[in-house]
Formats: sequence, C-alpha cells, structure tokens
Amino acid sequence: MTTATDPPVLSVRGLVKLYGDAVVLRGVGFDVRAGQAVVLVGGSGSGKSTLLRCLNLLETVDDGEILLAGEEITDPRVNVDRVRRRIGVVFQSYNLFPHLTVLKNVMLAPVLVHRMPREAARERARALLDRIGLADKLDVYPDRLSGGQQQRLAIVRALATEPSLLLLDEITSALDPELAGEVLDLVGELKREGMPMVLATHEMAFARELADEVLVLDDGAVIERGAPERVFGDPRQARTRRLLAGARQTRGSGR
Amino acid sequence: MIAAASTAVVAVAVVVGVTHTSGWPRVRQRFFSGTEIAAAWPAARHGMAVNLELFAACGLAAGALGLLVALLRTLAGPVFLPVRLLAAVYTDLFRGLPVILVVYLVGFGVPALRLRGFPSDPRVLGGAALVLTYTAYVAEVFRAGIESVHPSQVAAARSLGLSHAQTMRRVVLPQAVRRVAPALLNDAISLQKDSSLVSVLGVVDAVRAAQIATSAHFNYSPYVLAGLMFLAITVPLTRVTDHLAVRAARRRGDRRAGGGP
Ligand SMILES: Nc1ncnc2c1ncn2[C@@H]1O[C@H](COP(=O)(O)OP(=O)(O)O)[C@@H](O)[C@H]1O
Ligand SMILES: [Mg+2]
Repeated sequence: MTTATDPPVLSVRGLVKLYGDAVVLRGVGFDVRAGQAVVLVGGSGSGKSTLLRCLNLLETVDDGEILLAGEEITDPRVNVDRVRRRIGVVFQSYNLFPHLTVLKNVMLAPVLVHRMPREAARERARALLDRIGLADKLDVYPDRLSGGQQQRLAIVRALATEPSLLLLDEITSALDPELAGEVLDLVGELKREGMPMVLATHEMAFARELADEVLVLDDGAVIERGAPERVFGDPRQARTRRLLAGARQTRGSGR
Repeated sequence: MIAAASTAVVAVAVVVGVTHTSGWPRVRQRFFSGTEIAAAWPAARHGMAVNLELFAACGLAAGALGLLVALLRTLAGPVFLPVRLLAAVYTDLFRGLPVILVVYLVGFGVPALRLRGFPSDPRVLGGAALVLTYTAYVAEVFRAGIESVHPSQVAAARSLGLSHAQTMRRVVLPQAVRRVAPALLNDAISLQKDSSLVSVLGVVDAVRAAQIATSAHFNYSPYVLAGLMFLAITVPLTRVTDHLAVRAARRRGDRRAGGGP
C-alpha cells in the first residue's frame, strides 16, 4: 500500500546539467508519485533525452538532486549499478542486443543482474513475450521482427527486472503511425496497471490521454507545466502554442 | 565450368612453357630435386614441429593478452588514465617495430643482462618476442572491434544494471569478436610465418633446417620444401579467413534495425 506520506517514486530538485560551457538543463524539478506518468514535451534539443539520461545516472549531474523512493541517488557514493537495476529504460532506437535471441534479450538482466534462477527467468520472459504476441518468436533474432515488435520487445526487456520506474525516450519516433499505435497501446496498459513512468514524446494526443502532469521543456528549462487538459487546452506560453501547432496531434491507430 | 576449363588451360600452358625453356633442367635440378627434398624431409619435419609449437603457444598467449590490453583501454574514468596510457603506448610501440628487431632485442638482449631465473632457451625468448609483438597486433584488432559496437548497446546494457565487466563480456565482446574474426585469422597466418624468425637465434625451425640442408649440397630444393610446408598450413587458413569475411559481410548486409540507432 502506498499512502500520502510515502516519498514519491521519483523526486527531482533543481537539476542542472552542463556540456562544457553549454547549459543543457537549467534547474528542472518534478515529482513522480505512485502510478503516475510525467510527460516531457519540447522541441528537438530542448533537453528531454539529457534529462532522462540523468535520471538513470547515465550522465553525471552538475547540480541539484534526484531521489528514488526517498533515497538520494545523485550522491557520489551511491552504487550506480544498483540504482539502474530499479529503473527500466526504453530508447528511441530500441537498442536490442542483435546477437541474442528474443528470449535471451529478455532473460539477460534477470539472470545476470538479479540472479534469478534460469528457469524462473525463462518462465517470466515467456509470459511477458506471450503478452506482446511474440510467444512464437522466442528463438529468432531481433532483426527478424517488425519495428513495432522490436520496440515492444525492448519495453518487455525493461520490465523483466520489475523496475519501480520506467523511462521512455521518444519510443515511437522511429515508427510508422500504425506500428507506433501498438507500442503506445502497450504503454497505456502499463500505466493503467500502475507503472510509474517519465516519458518524452512528440505524440501529443497520446500525452494528453496518458499524462498526470505535462512539462514543457525549452532550452533546458521548464517553461510550462500542469495537467494535460490545461497545458494542451489552454497553453499560456507562446512557445508552447508554437510547439503544439507544429506537432502531430493525432494518435497512431492501433486499437 | 568455363572458368575451371580456362584456368586449367592457362595452368597447363604455363607449366609446358616453363618446362620447355632452355634453363629448365638446371632450375629443376637446383630447386626441385626429388632426392634433395627427400633427404631434407626428416629435418624439415622436425623444424616445422617447432614452428607449429611456437605458433600454437604464441597464438594463444597473444590472443589472451591482446584481449586484456584492449579491455584495459576501455576502462573509463581518470583513475584508469595511467593504465589506458600504458596500454596505448605498448600497442603503438610494438606495432611500429619490425618483428625481427624485437626478436634480436629479446633473444640477444635479455641473456646479455645475465638475470638470474630468466630463461635462456632461444625458443622461449624468441617466442616471448613474438608474443610481445603479436599481443600489440591483436590488441589493436580487438580495440577496433570493441569500438565498432555502437555506444547505444553499452547504454542499453548499463541501464539494465549490467556492470562494466558484464556489459563487455555479454554484450560488447560477442558482437566485436564476430566482426574481427577475419582480422584475427589474418594475424594468425602472419604469426605462423613469422615463427620462422626465431631461426636467427639459432633455433632449428623448418627454415633453419632447410638452410642447413641447402648449404650442405648447394642445392635449394630444401627451401622449396620448407615453403611448401608453410603453404600447406597458411593457404587453408587463408581460405577459412576469406570464408568468414564473406559471411560477416553478408550478415551485416541483412542486419536491419537490430542494433544501432
Ligand atoms: N554528449 C553531448 N555532448 C554535448 N552536447 C550534448 C550532448 N548530448 C546532448 N547535447 C546537447 O544538449 C542539448 C539537449 O539535447 P537532448 O537532451 O538530446 O535534447 P532532446 O532529447 O530534447 O532533443 C542539445 O543542445 C544537444 O546538442
Ligand atoms: Mg532526444
């Protein structure tokens, strides 16, 4: 049970990231509570990917703090591998392991990192793959799958370690609309099952139906934030309006 | 069919042409004498056993050490800078030196130091020189392979919680090794040939054995014999390498969005 007094799943405070002299994140802060989805929107280069990479400690932050279930993970003494085990990540380019079969892609981390017995890991992987309709593709290599199947496989690979938070970075921008639809459907299901997530997306219609909070990023700063109805329905910043006008408003078909 | 036929015709023409030139009988006597070859055979065979021994031992050692050096160069962070630097200097140094110079340096230089406990067997010293050199070659091949694996693969593995070592062993190296297998085999072929360089230290390998036989009778047929013995080993290796290279190219050709961005 989670109660109002539990710390948020994720808490980000005043995050600053520099690349050399360039300031890429300028004091970003937000919370993800149990079962919530925070959606990042913003133009290309606004800092969405960098923010997600910081959350997973794939980048070191220059200022601010990140707390995962109340524990500060930006502390230099923290074991980064331990933190990453608790966070699932899905990338735009899938990043599946081409030398491993579909089943082995899903089993790798549970067996290697979480020391799950091989048989149990296999059963769990099988069940997850069955869920996304890949039960008959266990022994094929990822390059034999469609783009939509590959991305759903990547999601399932991230889920296999039972993370407490999912990070999704523009996971449909490499896909045709109809393939994007089947991926977004899966993300929607996970959200309904209560998986907390932070996602960057250009799919505004999807963001609107999924998000608990929307953050509009521009040049590394949050220029607007709030409930999706508010941000999408009544954007206050001219930059937000411009961004929304240029974005795909229809959701990929898939259901 | 046509290719095979025309190849056969050309081959026959060359053989007939060569054997009908006026100098041929002398060439045959000096280079292709059956009796000389038969006489040199036992010594050459023993010599070739030395070459193969060196090839196997040095190949295994250089393969393992080369992989180690390449892995040291992947260690991130300022703490490991000296290690990375040392590994880089080592590879540059030994890749840039003629092998025979390293053989001289180790083979004659180390015994001159008169260090207690150091081996003085020229076979061991020559082998050590080959290992020093080929470790650098192999390290460079592995490094190229490791760098050819897209960084997004490392990001995916690390974000699943795999450590650096686990990422290398389970994600990067399997992909890298597959890509560099032809290059590694090429180095193996060179090593097999360079194993004859230890003869300058007085080791009686196939080449040295042939040289001894040759100078006894002023007949060069033993050299031809030694050459044929090397070819019997290197040509099949070359064919395997080509086969692997073709297969690797084909695999890369039909890889779609599986790995990279
Ligand atoms: N490794 C890097 N080195 C230097 N600059 C980078 C690096 N990665 C991203 N940037 C810069 O950081 C800014 C934000 O990039 P990114 O987070 O990828 O934006 P988004 O995902 O919103 O498109 C961009 O200006 C980009 O050029
Ligand atoms: Mg991005």
